[in-house]
Amino acid sequence: MADKKTLTFALMDAPFENARSTTALRLIDIAARRGYDINVFAYEGAVYLPFSHQAKHANAVHGHEVEEEDHPLPREWVSAVIAEAEKNGGKVDWVNCGLCVDERGAADSVDGVRRGTPGDFWNMASASDGTLVIPTK
Amino acid sequence: MKALNIIETAYRGTLEEQDDTIVWITHAMKGAGGDLSVLLRGNAVNYGVKAQNVGALSFGARQQKSAPQLAEDVAKLPGKGVEVFIVEEDLSERGIAAGDLVDGLTAVSRDQVPKLFDGFDQVWHW
Repeated sequence: MADKKTLTFALMDAPFENARSTTALRLIDIAARRGYDINVFAYEGAVYLPFSHQAKHANAVHGHEVEEEDHPLPREWVSAVIAEAEKNGGKVDWVNCGLCVDERGAADSVDGVRRGTPGDFWNMASASDGTLVIPTK
Repeated sequence: MKALNIIETAYRGTLEEQDDTIVWITHAMKGAGGDLSVLLRGNAVNYGVKAQNVGALSFGARQQKSAPQLAEDVAKLPGKGVEVFIVEEDLSERGIAAGDLVDGLTAVSRDQVPKLFDGFDQVWHW
């Protein structure tokens, strides 16, 4: 792909609190569909986005059992964008900030997520066509 | 590659993290070989005020040690080669005088900020 891009995203928000990380994943999904190489540096609460113990639940207010409710799980979205990038000739290098993982006990992540440092973020951004940081406000 | 970290959201988790996480990651990336500068704007200009003092946090019998030292963390950046800019109007609107600040900060007016961006390959607004 002649116009293949490399993009880096830095995310900070924990899941289920606001729409910023969901918006980021929508952008990442578009890049994955285009076969771009995508780097993600998950900082602070964002290390919980790929947390493998996220579980779906029923919702009595909605009158739904677990299957019908089909509660959104960011870990599934993370796995999906990783798979989508690979399908289209790109890749997602998802790096969870290691110290952020330790202070939260969030070491268990879906496949394709690795532990890293701010140095990884610097190196990823340096090698990218563009970088977008989406911080907690 | 040169990057500018704009810090605007202030005191975000600073009690819990014992620092500002973007000041911290700036130190960490500089240590990893990065070429960075910092722009303090909005409420984050208060990070430069040397008189700020956070007492030790305690809950019941649990006394937390090592409180955040934000002004000191900012003041250490220039010594590592990280230039720290601070927006003059954001200082004056909050009644913060130049003499209230730690040494080593470079004041810029809002009008100068777009020109400042020209000196960087990437600008990250935190």
